[in-house]
Amino acid sequence: MRLQGIGYEHGSRHILQNVSFDIERGQIVTVIGPNGAGKTTLVKIAMGLLQANSGSVSLASGLRIGYMPQKLRLENTMPISVQRFLGLVPGATNQRIAAALSEVGAQGVLHSSLHDLSGGELQRILLARALLLDPQLLVLDEPTQGVDLKGQAELYRLITRIRDQHDCGVLMVSHDLHLVMSATDEVICLNQHICCHGHPEQVSSDPAYLELFGKTGAEAMAIYTHHHNHHHDLTGDVVKEAGSTHTGVNAP
Amino acid sequence: MTDFLVRALGAGLMLALVCGPLGCFIVWRRMAYFGDTLAHSALFGIALGILLEINLQLSVITLCSVIALLLVVMERNKGLASDTILGILAHSSLALGLVTLSFTGTRIDLMAFLFGDLLSVSYSELLWMLGGGIAAIGILLWYWNRLLAITLNQELAQVEGLNVTRLRLLLMLVMAIVVAGSMKIVGILLITSLLIIPPAAARNFAKSPEQMALGSSVIGALAVIGGMSASWFWDTPTGPSIVVAAALLFVLSTTLRRA
Repeated sequence: MRLQGIGYEHGSRHILQNVSFDIERGQIVTVIGPNGAGKTTLVKIAMGLLQANSGSVSLASGLRIGYMPQKLRLENTMPISVQRFLGLVPGATNQRIAAALSEVGAQGVLHSSLHDLSGGELQRILLARALLLDPQLLVLDEPTQGVDLKGQAELYRLITRIRDQHDCGVLMVSHDLHLVMSATDEVICLNQHICCHGHPEQVSSDPAYLELFGKTGAEAMAIYTHHHNHHHDLTGDVVKEAGSTHTGVNAP
Repeated sequence: MTDFLVRALGAGLMLALVCGPLGCFIVWRRMAYFGDTLAHSALFGIALGILLEINLQLSVITLCSVIALLLVVMERNKGLASDTILGILAHSSLALGLVTLSFTGTRIDLMAFLFGDLLSVSYSELLWMLGGGIAAIGILLWYWNRLLAITLNQELAQVEGLNVTRLRLLLMLVMAIVVAGSMKIVGILLITSLLIIPPAAARNFAKSPEQMALGSSVIGALAVIGGMSASWFWDTPTGPSIVVAAALLFVLSTTLRRA
C-alpha cells in the first residue's frame, strides 16, 4: 500500500497535510500522535472509508485488507453470540472461525454473548474477525483500547506473531510508542503532517517526537540539543520559527 | 359466518409477521423516530392518491420512498441533527396531508386512517397486504446477514465489501411498504408501536438476532389476536386494542424476565 501526499480538510480545518508513506508485505508500521492528530482519519482514508481532498492511495491489485475499528459500538439491543458475529464474515465456516479464535487465544468465548466480553476479549474477537478475511494487510486502529497494561503487551506480541505467520503487512495506530517499540518496524509520528518517521529507536530520540510527547520521553533523554524549524499552535497548525534554529530543552 | 373477521385476521397476522424482523432493525438501528416520520407522511400520500385518483397503497409507498430518499440526502449535509430533520419532515408532511385532504372535497373517514379500521379490510386491500408482506419478508430474509452486518458496524461491513448505502435504502423501502400496509390496520399514528413493542418484548428472552425476530413476530401475532378479541367482546377500537395488547405482552415479558 502506498499513500502519497494525502491531505484532508474538514470545514476550514486542515486535518491532514501532505502525508506519504508505504507499507510492504511483512512490515509493521505504527502511526503515533496525540489526540486530534488525524490518526483515525488517515486510517479511514487508507481504507477508502473517507475520500482525501488531495493525494492518492494506491493498493497492490487484489489486496485483501483486514480492518479492526477503534471501537465496536455495540448496541445492547441486539443479542448475538461470538460465533454468529464471526459467521457474518463472507466465507466464514465454523472450522475457520474456530481456527481464527484459537489463533488470537480466545477459543473459550465461542458461544458467549458479544455483550459479556471484557475489553481485551472483544479486541481479540475483532482481530479474529479481521483474520477471517485472510488479509494481506491488517489495519488496526488503536488495537489495545480498553485493555489493561499487561493485556496490551500481550496483544502487541500477538500482532507480531500474526504478522510472522501470515506474512502480512500491518498498519497500526497507537497512542504510546513505548509499548509498541518492540512490535514495530517503522514508526510514523503524526500531527496533521508527518513530524518524523523511522525505526522506533530513532524516532524516540527525534526532537519532533519529543516535542509531541514531551514529558515521559524527554525525561529519559535529559537535556539535549536539536534544531527545529516549526512548532504547533493550539489547533496543531505548523508555525514556522522566525530564526528557524534554536537550542531547546523539551522537558518541562 | 364472518368473512370480514377472516380478512381482518389475515391482514393483521401478515402485518405481525413482517413487523417482527423489520421491527428488530428499527430497534437495533434506533430508527423509531424515522418510522414515525414515514407513517406521518403516509397521510399526505393518501391525500395525493385521492386527488390524483390512483391506488392509495401505491401512492403511499411512492411518497414514503420519496421521503426516505429525502432523508438520506438531508442527513448527508450535516448542520441539523437528524431528529430535528425528522421532526420537520414528520409534522410538515402530516399537516400537508391534512390540508391537502380538505381540497379533495370527498368526505373520507380521517379517523380510519389515523387509528386504523381493521374490520373493514376489503379483499383487494387484503391482497395488497399479503403481496406487500411477502415481498417485504422476502427482501429481509434474502439480505438478512448483510443487514445484520451493517447494523453491527457500518465500517466493518463496508471494508468487507458491502454496499452500505444500497442496503440502507433497501431497509427504508421495506419500511415504506410496511407503513403503507399497516395504516389500514392500526392507523398511521400507531404503526411504530407495532414495530418496536414486540421486538422490545422479545429482546428479554432472545439469545440470537433470529430468535429475537421470530419472537417479535409471535408476540405481534398474539397482540393482533388479543386486540381483535377485545374489540369483538368489548367493542373497543381495534387498532388501539392491538397496541394495548402488545404493550401488556411487553410488561408481561419484562416481569417474567425479572422474576
